Amino acid sequence: MKRRDFLKASLGGTAALLSSGAADARGNLEPAEDAIGMLFDSTLCIGCKACVSKCKEVNGMPPVAMEDETQYDAARDLSPQTLNVIKAYMEGVGTHKDQAIDGFAFEKRSCMHCVDPGCVSVCPVTALRRHPKTGIVTYHADACIGCRTCMVGCPYNVPQFDYDNPFGQIHKCQMCNQAGVERVDKGMMTGCAEVCPTGATLFGSRKALLEEAQRRMTLSAGEIYNYPRGDIRKPESHHEKQVPAYQKHIWGEKEAGGTNVMHISAIAFDKLGMPPLGERSYASISETVQHTLYKYLALPAVALAGLTFVVRRNTSDDEGGDS
Amino acid sequence: MSEHQALKRPIITLPFILLAAVALVGLYFLAIRFTSGMGFVTNLNSGYAWGIWVVYDVIVGTALACGGYALAITVYVLNKGEYHPLIRPALLASLLGYALGGLGAFIDMGRWWQFYNIFLPWHMNFNSVMLEVGLCVATYILVLFIEFSPTLLEKTGAKGLLKTLNKVLFFFIALGVLLPTMHQSSLGSMLIAMGHKVHPLWQSLHIQPLLAVLTALIMGFAVVVFEASFTAVGFRRPSETPLLTRLSKGIIWLMGLYLIIRFVEIILRGKLGLIFAGDLGSWMFLLETILFVFPLFVLLSPSLRQRGHYLLYAAVSMLFAGSLYRFNAFLITYDPGPGYSYFPSVSEIMVTAGVVAIEIMAYLFLVKKFPVLHNADPA
Ligand code: SF4
Ligand code: SF4
Ligand code: SF4
Repeated sequence: MKRRDFLKASLGGTAALLSSGAADARGNLEPAEDAIGMLFDSTLCIGCKACVSKCKEVNGMPPVAMEDETQYDAARDLSPQTLNVIKAYMEGVGTHKDQAIDGFAFEKRSCMHCVDPGCVSVCPVTALRRHPKTGIVTYHADACIGCRTCMVGCPYNVPQFDYDNPFGQIHKCQMCNQAGVERVDKGMMTGCAEVCPTGATLFGSRKALLEEAQRRMTLSAGEIYNYPRGDIRKPESHHEKQVPAYQKHIWGEKEAGGTNVMHISAIAFDKLGMPPLGERSYASISETVQHTLYKYLALPAVALAGLTFVVRRNTSDDEGGDS
Repeated sequence: MSEHQALKRPIITLPFILLAAVALVGLYFLAIRFTSGMGFVTNLNSGYAWGIWVVYDVIVGTALACGGYALAITVYVLNKGEYHPLIRPALLASLLGYALGGLGAFIDMGRWWQFYNIFLPWHMNFNSVMLEVGLCVATYILVLFIEFSPTLLEKTGAKGLLKTLNKVLFFFIALGVLLPTMHQSSLGSMLIAMGHKVHPLWQSLHIQPLLAVLTALIMGFAVVVFEASFTAVGFRRPSETPLLTRLSKGIIWLMGLYLIIRFVEIILRGKLGLIFAGDLGSWMFLLETILFVFPLFVLLSPSLRQRGHYLLYAAVSMLFAGSLYRFNAFLITYDPGPGYSYFPSVSEIMVTAGVVAIEIMAYLFLVKKFPVLHNADPA
């Protein structure tokens, strides 16, 4: 068995094991009330990277140059200067779109805005916060100590630390809603969804997007479907297109508690670089174990009282001890 | 008169000068790290956010510094007073190890000028394992200092203070047992939060805290045995081997327990096949297991464990075993996904070497200036 298969298989069993266990076991967090998200449909993405440029513009970050050309953003992966990137999948001759063999496809990489975010769970100083209403995960540099536990705790390697700056910080997509940008609060959609010409990146409430994704799962390949573009609540336009052979899998519906940014595709997600995740979030397991062990601060305090008693008895034998 | 005494040897020796040279090189790269950024000194990247500074200095380093913890349990909680002679050197090594672990964490902190946020209640995230580790380690360094301070006070002759301190010391000794139990187990919980990136052979989920505490104790006892046998050989002092052989009986139980839990977890979760997969993870697991089993073998043999040298080998093997367990879990078999790799840069290694050199220099200085070592044969 491969490491990857194992990880997926084991998490199912663990969830069952743990839920029958400790009294204060916490399950996955539930999606926020009015969770805001995006739906990325890989089959609609034409790799134009308009979203990569727009993201930089919104976040005030410089484009990454390819040789001497600067009109086009050539970022290859997430970095402190790149919060959103379009990656290409390529196999064999790589000529057929959305085909696993001899084909190609595009995949968007940016923060998934997890429903039960690992980054938020592990941050010691609450520098990463999940908004109680929108579920948007934001970063607050004034609190951050730069320990980078969030990078280690994020299943998607999203948070990026600026190693080349002596006074660096973490950078990640904040759904265009960080202080000073606040596009979502102003009723606008995210930058990347706004400029996407095909509606591959669709903006809206998690609920509506999940319904849309589920609808697409029921379509049969070859059928004509009217795809919306922009904000799903008030699409700017629609366009008709043949339905591809979708994988019957909505990434982010359930993975590690689910995500507000969901993906659908015609190619299996592990090929597109998604990590091996079960349904239970690791954050919920670590917090359960941690809290069971400590019962907040009560258990250590009781333990200390007991230990003090034992130690006192044992040291008084030799007149206050001379350790 | 105290039953401990300072070693009357010169401080500036050749090894001391060599250590100082290593420390200077480390400090040089440290200066670059603070003026230009971590990227100029380390090979850290988006996939490998933690390198040897965290994994060696903090995660392995604090476990190597668990000698004080292990002995405090034996002497004070289990009331085995005969091990008392070993406690001062163990406490000193613990104090230095933890202090430098704290220093390592600070060096690695990307936004170090805000480090105090971790102590501000309105910033604290009580779900965070990292918070628990940070707070516990910081408190424990203070506790170790207080536990060790009678040694310093004896030297300076502050009799009054010494008396008061001895009256309240029991409280700090108890804290000194509780705190490492807490943060060492939390280092295990940290691996749970690291999720799928941790190799399945090391991802034992809710068993993590237990394995972390057991390895910390094993390494703690190994350090005590190592230190005692090594000072005996290195400084040509009378050996404490009889004491150590008795101590090693306790270690046998500890190691047996550890190995049973480790393998039962692997078998129950159906991961046995991964041990023989022939990849990096499987080789590292086998190596780690051999390092755990060899000392068990030595300690179980009545004839071998009487001999100081074998005891020393066993201790070294245990130290490597425990260190490798943590290195494997946190770094060597850690896999953030395709496209990322990490191997420490020379400058990164030199910073860690410099930190360790400073630790050893401080140890040598203190045992030669203060009554740390047990006065085995009164001169
Ligand atoms: S993808 Fe990573 S950074 Fe984004 S919310 Fe999830 S855990 Fe946090
Ligand atoms: S690097 Fe900053 S945001 Fe990330 S876990 Fe540490 S303190 Fe929190
Ligand atoms: S939501 Fe905003 S910050 Fe996030 S990827 Fe899109 S444009 Fe970039």
